[in-house]
Amino acid sequence: MLIRHAPDIRSSDITPRPVYLSRRQWMIGLGAFALASSAGGAGRAAPSPFGKIAKSAYTLDEKTTSREDATHYNNFYEYGLNKEDPARNAPGLLKPRPWTVSVEGECAKPGVVDLDDFIRTAALEERIYRLRCVEAWSMVIPWVGVPLGTALQRFEPTSKAKYVAFQTLNDPKQMPTESSGFRWPYREGLRMDEAMNPLAFLAVGLYGDVLPAQNGAPIRLVVPWKYGFKSIKSIVAIRFVEQQPTTLWNSFAPEEYGFYANVNPNVDHPRWSQDKERRIGEFLRRPTLMFNGYGEQVAGLYAGMDLKRYY
Amino acid sequence: MAADGGGVDLGGRRSSRPAFRWRSGVRAGIHVLCLIPLAVLMAAGIAGDLGANPIEAVIRSLGDWALRLLVVALAVTPARRLTGWAGLASYRRMIGLWAFAYAALHFAAYVVLDQFFDWAAIGREIVKHKFITAGMLAFALLLPLAATSTSAMIRRLGGRRWQRLHRLVYVAGPLAAIHYIWMVKADALQPMVYFVLILGLLCYRGVVKSRAGGWMRK
Repeated sequence: MLIRHAPDIRSSDITPRPVYLSRRQWMIGLGAFALASSAGGAGRAAPSPFGKIAKSAYTLDEKTTSREDATHYNNFYEYGLNKEDPARNAPGLLKPRPWTVSVEGECAKPGVVDLDDFIRTAALEERIYRLRCVEAWSMVIPWVGVPLGTALQRFEPTSKAKYVAFQTLNDPKQMPTESSGFRWPYREGLRMDEAMNPLAFLAVGLYGDVLPAQNGAPIRLVVPWKYGFKSIKSIVAIRFVEQQPTTLWNSFAPEEYGFYANVNPNVDHPRWSQDKERRIGEFLRRPTLMFNGYGEQVAGLYAGMDLKRYY
Repeated sequence: MAADGGGVDLGGRRSSRPAFRWRSGVRAGIHVLCLIPLAVLMAAGIAGDLGANPIEAVIRSLGDWALRLLVVALAVTPARRLTGWAGLASYRRMIGLWAFAYAALHFAAYVVLDQFFDWAAIGREIVKHKFITAGMLAFALLLPLAATSTSAMIRRLGGRRWQRLHRLVYVAGPLAAIHYIWMVKADALQPMVYFVLILGLLCYRGVVKSRAGGWMRK
């Protein structure tokens, strides 16, 4: 496979140093504790439902997580607290079409737009990003979508728009959220300059296919330099606001989940370490990279900020 | 696994032959039952059925079974008192040892599969993260209990001292449940159930003890 590099990411920067042993090799050594080996990589036999997907400079020379794992190990608490729950529950309940996104707040041209219209501002492209969960596991996922900034600009945010707030669908029939003590719906937010960073992405697909319900169909945020919970799923509303918006995990446990939630190996979660991570499909933990390896693109956003305070 | 003799009903004698045979049948049955979770886990591992994060699945399952068997072991004495079936006591020690076996496998899986002998990282985790601290402490407290589980050790220590030592489970049990409570992100219901069960079973003993005016009276 031809590997393309983003001009500002060198593979030497992102390829992990430690030698790791593949799961398959460990099966032999571990005997009874042999671990599952799943078919790796993304099968691309079927033609893409999206038609033509533009080649993207945002790629990695790291092995992508198996599609099976990426679509069956999910945190989507609206569908249950176990990792297997979303794949089991979401597809039967969530109706990803028709879908509208309401864009509101400090902008010149607010409106409720159909999903297809919403993402029409740019050609669909595939980006292979690392995904680092706050729980210290990670994946590498080929997303299909459009840059967030391009999608937002047409609504002409005003100078008062300092933050962007996102909201997940709030429909008890489609999302059985009663099972826990959260203040639903799921909410997330970005600072305006973070949202406009070229890395910020809106995904409508993965592995060349339409986004499965359990991964946040039909449209979700992907901000790869932040912990996974920032990448809000099944977005129905986007609001330009002046004040830092309230977000679900931050309001649930503010000392554990910050608003910024940048991947940072030097700032531990109060209850576990963040300096290493388990890449799904690998045996040995690998070191976690600052900003999940996207420092060149995003470190400037946080210049002068105390990242231990603004975690 | 240590040999299990007559349980902790130290005064008890081997009764008539048919009863003895019946007891060893129950013993064998308990051993088989306690082995099933491990066998199921191993089979799932070999079949590749442990999901996307098999290491996490192994560690969680072993920890769950350690807690469950601990609850069962702690329930033996109250059950014996409630039912008046004195023979139950002879199965307590082996169930306790099985709880320890799962705890030991849980610990080993953490050291080998999760951290891969990175002792420095394990040390940091124990010091910095309270759920690891609680788990390690609970396991450490179980070690002397497991080590003194043989009939020979009971005889050597003497019944009273042995029982006093084994009251460490009053600390280890709740600690193990707290370890679980502190680990979870939001779904604290299941660990809370373990905590309440363990605490309830231990409190029951306290109540019985104070009522009877002494510990474990025959």
